[in-house]
Amino acid sequence: MGMTATQKILAAHAGREAVAAGELLTVPVDLVLGNDITAPVAIREMERAGCDRVFDRDRIALVLDHFTPNKDLAAARQCSAVRAFAERHAIKHFYDVGVMGVEHALLPEKGLAAPGEVIIGADSHTCTYGALGAFSTGVGSTDMAAGMATGRAWFKVPGAIRVELTGTLARPLCGKDVVLRLIGLLGVDGAQYLSLEFGGAGVASLPMDDRFTVANMAVECGAKNGLFPVDAATRAYLSGRVTRPWTDCTADGDAVYERTVTVDLDALTPLVACPHLPSRVRPASELSHVPVSQVVIGSCTNGRLEDMRAAAEVLRGRRVRGGVRCLVIPASQEIYLQSLREGLLEVFVEAGAAVSTPTCGPCLGGHMGVLDEGEVCVSTTNRNFVGRMGHTKSEVYLAGPAVAAASAVAGHIAVP
Amino acid sequence: MSIFVYGDNVNTDVIIPARYLVRSDPASLAAHCMEDIDADFAQTVAPGDVVVAGQNFGCGSSREHAPLALRACRVSCVIAKSFARIFYRNAINIGLPILECPEAVDGISPGDRVTADIATGRIENKTTGRVFAARPLPPFVRGIIDAGGLLPWIARAETGASDDGEGAV
Repeated sequence: MGMTATQKILAAHAGREAVAAGELLTVPVDLVLGNDITAPVAIREMERAGCDRVFDRDRIALVLDHFTPNKDLAAARQCSAVRAFAERHAIKHFYDVGVMGVEHALLPEKGLAAPGEVIIGADSHTCTYGALGAFSTGVGSTDMAAGMATGRAWFKVPGAIRVELTGTLARPLCGKDVVLRLIGLLGVDGAQYLSLEFGGAGVASLPMDDRFTVANMAVECGAKNGLFPVDAATRAYLSGRVTRPWTDCTADGDAVYERTVTVDLDALTPLVACPHLPSRVRPASELSHVPVSQVVIGSCTNGRLEDMRAAAEVLRGRRVRGGVRCLVIPASQEIYLQSLREGLLEVFVEAGAAVSTPTCGPCLGGHMGVLDEGEVCVSTTNRNFVGRMGHTKSEVYLAGPAVAAASAVAGHIAVP
Repeated sequence: MSIFVYGDNVNTDVIIPARYLVRSDPASLAAHCMEDIDADFAQTVAPGDVVVAGQNFGCGSSREHAPLALRACRVSCVIAKSFARIFYRNAINIGLPILECPEAVDGISPGDRVTADIATGRIENKTTGRVFAARPLPPFVRGIIDAGGLLPWIARAETGASDDGEGAV
């Protein structure tokens, strides 16, 4: 029986000819990731278990991105704990304020994810690297501790849903519209314990930044990972970033999928996920009655250069409407610098938006834009659960950067 | 012994809101457990109580603080129709008892008295007298739980005490 691409990656790492869905196995991992919220727990668990060595100081990434720049004393203490651990173990890929980025924007940029690799991260959006053809998935802090100590992780081999992309993605549509459509079709647990494996002629029309957005939100329909095929765009992205050898694992022709879902890119319209689930998807054009208090453009989902460009295109020469706070957060130092060089930051500031250093801050109601009771935010982030960005009686509408920027200008949900 | 009954898609943001993730000690997490879905939970939950929920329990963020908060409240078991993947493995890895049993969830109402045996998967609604059998955990997973969590399981495997034949993680 044929294997999915995910199964082939897991089999290769397990040193096996074949694996089957449902099997439990342990495999060596290529990279273990943690951040300033999840790593302190992992470090504590390692110490509690009496483990004072890491398996490979070059295969651990620690990124201080969630409550940074330190939002308060408690956050400062958590960052100090991670900083001390990184120093003690001479962790090569340790990223602090000034060189950091939102982890899932940063790691691909730094060449830390490549096709065919197995990556675990103590952050649910670790599935982002599937855009590059890696098997990457979110785990908890104890898995991270075990991964740092032993270089291995346990997995149940997932089955898969094949996601067929047909047609061509064209602006102002973006990866967010693709993935919101998919989550709307599958529901928030429609891919529970499964891989999403993307394919079809439409894939080629998705720039890499859009693929990152799509793979990033695979977890929002319960998926273990979301995997894109490796093509010319992937190779172009990897060029100059990844110099180590990597493996292109393509699904077998007779691979078994639980089902196939088709997303017709030609039939897409700008979409928004309404409170309080990412699956409550509606056309943005039907939501112009929703007034907006805040707009956030950034995050591991939509804080990349293409997202900055899309937002700037809408905001250029226009003004954020009075009564709306618009926050723009380039997701990494590299994206920030490139946005600066292209004049995008000037566009944002002239439009009346506030531009921030990279941080996860507002996405999880951490800092930088916490919502009060009754406030409504249009956000390019990934979750709109009750209380996600602040007060339990605030509301979050998820959208792509162009819809978010258009909503900032209009003062209500709007289509670019 | 009380039960707390919730619906589908109870996510980790409501189990422990991110604003409390600046700390990870059990007492701090327990004090705010379930706060955004049930403001009284932390004050009323007692050791041995059971949480009952619908589908996709623990979806969203990978924060291990969520099962840690429930464990810190000394919840004896979470019974759900299904669990989100990361919560499921986190619960196993830290030794928080969980049982997947849609029939039991449908057969339990607020106020019922419920007992659950994690070893056998037997769930009994003492109020109605109905008995349910949860889906048994795979032996590999039971091995981790029996060891007291992933790190003790690894330590056991490294000292050669493992008898599950799977090798160290």
